[in-house]
Amino acid sequence: MTATFLILAVLTVAGTAAAMGLRNAVHCVLALTVGFAGVAALYLQLDAQFVGLTQIMVYVGAVAILAVFAIMMTHSPTPVPIPAYSTRWALGGVVAAAVFAVLAWAICSSSASSQILPPQPDINVQQIGEALMHQYVLPLEIMGLLLTAALIGAVVIAMDRKEEIK
Amino acid sequence: MSSLQSYLLLSALLFSIGLAGALTRRNAILVLIGIELMLNAANLNFIAFWRFGPTPSKLTGIMFAIFSISVAAAEAAVGLGIILAAYRHSKTTDLDQMNSLKG
Amino acid sequence: MIQTLDQIFVLAKLWLLGYVPAVAQPLASAILSVVPILIAFPLLFAITTWLERKGLGRMQNRLGPNRTGPFGLLQPIADAIKSLTKEDIVPVTADHLVHFLAPLVLVMAAFLAYAVLPIGRNMVLVNMNAGVLFFFAIGSTVELSVFMAGWSSRSKYSLLGAMRAVAQMISYEVPMVLATIVIIMQAGSLSTVTIVDKQAGYTGIFPHWFVFTPWGFMGFALFMIAATAESNRSPFDLPEGESEIIAGYYIEYSGFKFALFFLGEYLGMFATSGLAITLFLGGWSAPFSFLTWIPSYAWFFAKLLILIGAFIWIRGTLPRLRMDQLMNLAWQYVLPMALINMLVAGIWHFMPGGLLRWLVCTALLAAPCVLLSLALKRKKRLQVRTYYFAE
Repeated sequence: MTATFLILAVLTVAGTAAAMGLRNAVHCVLALTVGFAGVAALYLQLDAQFVGLTQIMVYVGAVAILAVFAIMMTHSPTPVPIPAYSTRWALGGVVAAAVFAVLAWAICSSSASSQILPPQPDINVQQIGEALMHQYVLPLEIMGLLLTAALIGAVVIAMDRKEEIK
Repeated sequence: MSSLQSYLLLSALLFSIGLAGALTRRNAILVLIGIELMLNAANLNFIAFWRFGPTPSKLTGIMFAIFSISVAAAEAAVGLGIILAAYRHSKTTDLDQMNSLKG
Repeated sequence: MIQTLDQIFVLAKLWLLGYVPAVAQPLASAILSVVPILIAFPLLFAITTWLERKGLGRMQNRLGPNRTGPFGLLQPIADAIKSLTKEDIVPVTADHLVHFLAPLVLVMAAFLAYAVLPIGRNMVLVNMNAGVLFFFAIGSTVELSVFMAGWSSRSKYSLLGAMRAVAQMISYEVPMVLATIVIIMQAGSLSTVTIVDKQAGYTGIFPHWFVFTPWGFMGFALFMIAATAESNRSPFDLPEGESEIIAGYYIEYSGFKFALFFLGEYLGMFATSGLAITLFLGGWSAPFSFLTWIPSYAWFFAKLLILIGAFIWIRGTLPRLRMDQLMNLAWQYVLPMALINMLVAGIWHFMPGGLLRWLVCTALLAAPCVLLSLALKRKKRLQVRTYYFAE
């Protein structure tokens, strides 16, 4: 457990805990951005350069912006502010804690404790591109179809239908 | 505690934080953010296993993470579109009030 | 002698590193590489503010600043003193933490982008394997700071300006990346150093820059349009110069924070110009083979100054685009042209070299260009306006 890993881990956990805990929705998304950046830094620490930079570009640059746009568009100043947590928040907390307990027990009692760090893999983007085009071309094409369907679907669902009523 | 174990514990912690948020928050958008956090935690798991695995040159972990990021982005877009449509209908994003199908 | 002049900064850094104990050498090497960037580009920012005000003034048939020093050359210093001594007004209902952090995030992201630009031979800060991807990843965090600035001010005009600015920046990010993919296809690598090295040869006296090919020229044009829109420069400055009275998303900022926004925006402009130079204009290589005795960093900054002059020229010449015209340009002209450009670059790669290749590729690019421009000029039926945010 190196110092870099500890700092990045604390940053990520703090960001995500703030993202799920804060009252103001926009503050939550901004804290989430810090959490995503922390996860991207962890990817870079694990020598996965392409995935780390893609994480920043997609999550910080697109998903977070999408979330703040949605919060802006659904923000209506009500006379009584809506409480932040649902009425059954204790049950949710207990379930999440139980899931973490089971996962932690499984990790600590597995053979993962005896893994040593292999030498640094020499991965460049060209190998990823070749793998995408040779071995993984079917998932790539399906991903293209999925993204097209999601694009068209999101536009159709969120479209303003006021013109049809007239 | 070795490095792989610490990465896996971190990813489990992120997953449970995302799960807690998805189960307890009222705003629908924040629930969606919790789901995104869970996907991120799973990705971190994949990359950690790829790095510490026997053959990092096979790129399986990286491929899975790349496809997972794309699917998560698409799902976030569609989910937020649905939330916008639901807001337009019922003028609120409070999930506790969207219970008209409750028996 | 020429080699020494060319590598003088690298040699100076190595000489200084000799005085540092071996334990602290990585840290000292990083600091010694970063400090010149922190000095050079804000200095260029100061020069650019003067150049812009003088240039715009002359284009508008008036003198620019001419009181402070000869030809107004001390104007940047006067501006700096003014912005430092102004009162820092923050609205009472503003979100103070986010309001404070927004300009910092902008300037930080703008400075991070310089890490992968090769400023001279062997003079890149970090030779990343995926350098171009790093640049675009950092560029996409600028939108977040724009939104933070607009939302935290809790003012309707600033929120509207922020929405428009973010929508514009997201729309033009896709064509910018697509225009870059053509270069990556041809160079075979995402590393900026490799891309510049591929453009360093000469046939006769003419260089091998990518801009001198049909797809490279089109890619350069599309990249510059997208870069102008990304840094909110005129003619795409609707989010920031709305009627020149209401400044868009940084209305509620005054004093030094406003200067930081200005600095961040201009640094972003320099960074995208630097990337355009690296990808299309050959980086630090000289335009003719008999001019290679001039140092490489001098060529980089000369090209950067020419591009900045072009930005100022366009700002003084073209009128502002309306929001829907801007969006139409992005999604119905620049994006299809970028996709067709990718197709043409692929055809160029597989055809044998010669005149036929030039003719086919130029025709395949010119025809959609003309057709799409004609399609953009068609009159739109205006619809009933719906107000989204004034409920």
